[in-house]
This record gives sequence, C-alpha cells and structure tokens, in this order.
Amino acid sequence: MAFRTHVLVCAGTGCVSGNSFITARTLESEIRKQGLAEEVQVIRTGCQGFCAAGPIVIVQPDGVFYCGVTAKDVPFLVQEHLLKGRPVKRLLYSPPAEKVPIPALKDIPFFAKQKLVVLRNRGAIDPERIDDYIAVDGYSALVKALTEMTAEQIINEIKRSGLRGRGGGGFPTGIKWETCRHAALHRAVEPVVVCNADEGDPGAFMDRSIIESDPHAVVEGMIIGARAVGSSEGFVYIRHEYPIARERLLKAIEQARDYGLLGKNILNTGMDFDIEIVQGAGAFVCGESTALMASLEGKVGEPRAKYIHTVEYGYKNRPTNLNNVETWANVPLIINRGAQWFASMGTGEVGENPWNGSSGTKVFSMVGKVNNTGLIEVPMGITLREIVFDIGGGIPGGNKFKAVQTGGPSGGCLPDSLLDMPVDFDSLTEAGSMMGSGGMIVMDDQTCMVDVARYFISFLTEESCGKCTPCREGLRTSLDVLERITQGKGKPEDVELLREVGEIMQDCCLCALGTSAPNPVLSTIRYFSDEYDAHIRQHTCPAGVCKELIEFLIDEEKCDGCHACFTACPVGAVAGEVKKLHNINKITCEKCGACIEMCKRNAILKVPRSQVA
Amino acid sequence: MPRLSIEDLKKIRDDAKQTLTLRSGDARARITVHMGTCGISAGAREVMGALLKGIESSGITDVIVTTSGCAGLCSREPMATVELKGQPPVKYVDLKPERILRIFNEHVLGGRIVTDFALASGCETTG
Repeated sequence: MAFRTHVLVCAGTGCVSGNSFITARTLESEIRKQGLAEEVQVIRTGCQGFCAAGPIVIVQPDGVFYCGVTAKDVPFLVQEHLLKGRPVKRLLYSPPAEKVPIPALKDIPFFAKQKLVVLRNRGAIDPERIDDYIAVDGYSALVKALTEMTAEQIINEIKRSGLRGRGGGGFPTGIKWETCRHAALHRAVEPVVVCNADEGDPGAFMDRSIIESDPHAVVEGMIIGARAVGSSEGFVYIRHEYPIARERLLKAIEQARDYGLLGKNILNTGMDFDIEIVQGAGAFVCGESTALMASLEGKVGEPRAKYIHTVEYGYKNRPTNLNNVETWANVPLIINRGAQWFASMGTGEVGENPWNGSSGTKVFSMVGKVNNTGLIEVPMGITLREIVFDIGGGIPGGNKFKAVQTGGPSGGCLPDSLLDMPVDFDSLTEAGSMMGSGGMIVMDDQTCMVDVARYFISFLTEESCGKCTPCREGLRTSLDVLERITQGKGKPEDVELLREVGEIMQDCCLCALGTSAPNPVLSTIRYFSDEYDAHIRQHTCPAGVCKELIEFLIDEEKCDGCHACFTACPVGAVAGEVKKLHNINKITCEKCGACIEMCKRNAILKVPRSQVA
Repeated sequence: MPRLSIEDLKKIRDDAKQTLTLRSGDARARITVHMGTCGISAGAREVMGALLKGIESSGITDVIVTTSGCAGLCSREPMATVELKGQPPVKYVDLKPERILRIFNEHVLGGRIVTDFALASGCETTG
C-alpha cells in the first residue's frame, strides 16, 4: 500500500526526552480519527540533529520541518496540514534572519557518521548537576527497573539486547548477571557489583570521557545491575591518574545519595545499595578482573587462574559482578528503550543467543596519525575505513595510511587491505586483533611496524605482574628479539622464534594481559612481514625510524644554507655557515629529528646506513 | 536535600527540562564550555575565566554559563557551544580567552555568528 504522505517523527534520545513518542502516538490516533490512516504513515526516525528544538516532525514529500511539536499541537497539525494541506506557520522552524554561514553539524563527516548512545549527553548536560541528568530522563530507567520489572525481567532484557562487555572481553552482560544472581542465590551469599574504571591502555580515554561527561549514567546503570543480581554493595575501581573523572563521579554519588537514589530504601522501594570509590595505583594489570579484585581487597594486584569464575567467587569470595564503565552506561538506555531497540543497532541477529553478533554502539578514542583525533561513538559494524577516513578525516601531511591498531597495547595492527572490514567483536578477533576497550591508534607510512611492536611489548613487559612464567619470560624474550631486530642485529630465525613464543603465551598465560600480549607481534608479522625482512636481511628500516639503521644526510642540492638546522640541533652535530652548504656529523648526531622539523626545504634525508660511506 | 519519592523525581525532571532546553524562561542564551580533561589541558579554564569576567563587566544577567564534558573533537579543544533562544546551537573550536570574548560580544550580544572559529551548528546524532 502506498502512502501519499509520510510524517517523520524524530525518535533520537533528545526528542524522546522531549516526549516525541507521545507526539507520535497522538499523531497516529489523530490520523485514524480523521480517516487518513490509509494515506498518511507515521515513521519514527533517528536523530535529526536539531535536538534543541525537539520534538522534530517532518512532513514528506512536502519537506516541511516542524519543531517543538507536542501532543496538544497534533489535532490542529493533522487537520490543517495533513487534511487541508496548509502548513502550520506557528510550528515551522524559522531560521535566524541572517543566513547561517556555517555548515550543519550533521554535514560534517566527523559528526555525521557517529551515533551517540553512551555519549548521548556529552557536551549537552552539566555532569556535576544531577538535575541536568534527571532532565534528560536520567534515573527514569531506575524507576522502571524498581517498580515495573522483576530481577529476572531486567536480566532478560539485557540478555536479549545483545549487550556484550565493553571492557574488551565481549562477554554477554546478561549472562554474566544471570550467573552472578544464581551463584548468590545458590550459595546464599550477597553479591557485589563493581565498575571497572581502571582504563590503562596508552592512548585510550573512553571510560574517562564517559565518566567526565555523564557520571550519573554509570551510577544509574550500577543501581539497576545491583537490583538485578540482588546486591547492596558496589565499588568503582578507578585509576589514580583520572582526577577529574574521580571528582565528578564522587560528586555524582554524593548527589544521588542526597536524593535517596543511593543508600537505604531507594525511592521508598525498599532497595538498599551504595557505591564506594576505590583508587587504583595505576598498574595496568589491575584492569584484569581477578587482579582488580585482589587490589580491592587490599592485596597485591595479581591475577589468579580462572577455573573458578569471579561471578561465583570474586571479591572476598563473594559472587562479584564486574562490568566496564561503558557497559554500565549502556544499561539505563536499554531498560528505558527496550532490548529490541538496542539490538537493532550493530551486526548480527541477537534472537535468543546474546553471543550472536555485536549490537549497539562502541566508543573509540582515536589517536595517532589522523586529522581528527578525539572521542567517537559509532554503531557496531561500521568499517575501519569510515572511522579513519570519514570520521578521522584521513592522514595528516599528505602521508599514506599504513595500519590501525585496535584494542590498545595488546591489540593487533591491521593493514589497509582490511580497511573495509566491519568493526565488531568477532571480525576483529578473526583478523588477529581485538575490540579491547576501544583504543584506536592510526599509523602512517612514517611508522615502522617492527618498532611499534617493540614499543608495545616494552610497555607490556613493564606492566606484566610477573606471576606466571609464560608472560614474564615470554615478554622478556620477545622484547630482546625485537630490540635486536630494530638494531639491525636480527637473525633469520628470529621471526619464527617470535611466533613460537607468542603462540605459547596465547595458550599458557594466566590472564588476558599475557594471552593478548603477543597480538602486536603476531599481527605485524602476519601483515607486515616485509618490514621484518627488510630489518633482518637488508639491515634497513623502510620507514626510516630505527635509529641504528639510518643516517641523517643533507641533500646538497636542496640546502640553501639557511642555518636553521644548525640552530635546532641540541648536540651541535650540524656544521656549516650561513648561505653555505651544511653537513651533519654522523658520530655526534643522535637522530632526534629536530633539524628535520626546522628545515623548510626538506633538505634533510634519512637514508639507510648501508648506503652511507 | 530531602530524599525523593518517584513523584518528586518526575517533578524535578519537568522543572529541570525547562532550564535545560532554553524554550521557556528568561535567559536569552546559554554558553557551554566543554571541560573534559582534553579541554582543560588545552586551556578551557582560562577560556571560562575570561568569559565569566567578560559577562560580569558587561552587566548582562540573562546569559547562562555552564560546563559540560568533552565534545568529542579533542584535537580542536578548547571548545564551547553557544545557543541563542530559538536557534540551533553553534559549536566553536580552538578557543582562547580573547576569542570567547569576541564570541560573547558578537554572537551572544550581537546575534552574528563568529565564523572565524565556528565549526558548525546543530546537535549530534543520538541513537
């Protein structure tokens, strides 16, 4: 059946909190009342990007844009516009007198391809005012969970939404909650809920930004989770290096307590729950569940074997439900808008199995050699190319894209041949990387992949707790080999050795730090083996990064004797007089690159050491 | 603050919504300075300080100044969003104390968007 007119009602979060669902329902009933049901269809759309004037209603094909349409405007609107064909002037959007000379946010690729769910309130509310959060329907999911839903219903809703752990593991949140609840009931021990805010990946700041922009979303998610598993005690484990996030969270918890949203008898429903903030001391391994719980108990932050899961025996041997910041922040929206809405975003059909596909959105922090560094939220299933080139705006300085590392220091580096791969839990794992918590580092052709692997392995070597042998020794060995290769002392059998050590670590390490640690090595060997070859066999570094394999040289034809490099060099390795050819002393030169940055004529070259006499 | 019942929560929501949307009330504009860690380290506090001082010395009282988290585009911080009543919000990037004062004078008081630092108008897409 063809409709002559479509009425689009915005169902983005902004408009929904302005009651656009009521507008839509009223429209539908009014259309029926006026006998237009066969001619006019009401469609609920995604965000129109003009949340400030919501609820937005657009009538197509007329192209008429209405704003601030409430239920009481609807009868008049239907009668005038849909029946008589006369647009309602009063509700029309009137642009400012002067033509807006700047683009709409929706037309800028950085914003256009993003979809904000977790970050829905970023930049829009004051994170330090609970009333701001309440104004955008904050704590209404809690009311729903406490008054209209049983614990089983909450768990079921989360399960059917297909929400998977955003800390990196990708374990279905609903199943975790269910297991925790059952363990607690079975053992008759009260469970604990914990929020993991120990975000330690270099270059990752998703959780920090979520807490800084919208701390109440995390608090509300945790209360709902506590209700589902039957807990009255919660912790947020946050790293010491996040002072602003900690302060805002602390304020949020205090405000929620003042309002009776935390503490005894929450909203007079008889539920008790409170949250305590615990500071981590910045050990990377403490983001791992068992190490985190050891640290919570005041012990040394070391992981243990997990044949007994922490959902059954976690913090002080109590059933413990640990979720990441982003996972918690997703919960209120799923409760408010339903599992189906959440599952409609992303890849795969959730159905009855929350392991199917990756639903919802994911927050990434995009850093490295990319024009728009920043924090982004995209629907699962978006391609890496869209993220790097559309949202990220491509590579600066006219350089070429080489790789993108997903999943933090223990993620893998993916080459341009995989740019069209969809970003979801399973595709990334298959490609030898991982979702991780959402760090994304873009690398250009000036980056040496062997050096990148060396850097991440050196980070992990320092952060390994040393409890299990494969991790402690495997990382040390890998680092020695990689250092050797970057110094041009690599042996032909080194690549095989790295691969073997990596595979042993994947099989034998105690915790995820160890089992994922070889990812940067194995993925660079898999996708950039030619660079390993160049280092080992030709003793050259194609990207010109590894200092032991290159020399700095001044191009005689380009140098105009401007003397800038002479001034820039911190070790006095440049010799030459103004307006005369300069040259670099190979022995004192430390290859810091200060001269290259200063030279306006690109006269300083990095050449393979073997080519220099 | 007294403990809330569910009805109280609804009342706060309705009241707070009014101030948040600028649709009613007496304020002519709201300026939001984005104060995430990225913004602060790029100088958002100085921008905020200059703005507050500028508003005070102008004697204007119907402008709401508020803070919020990171606006996402960390490479262009400090950022601020200026919303005049009845108009789409405008995001400004690469701010400095003297730039926010110009924006206050020209955009908030004069109604002309300062195109030199304006990135775009409108809101982000929410799910």
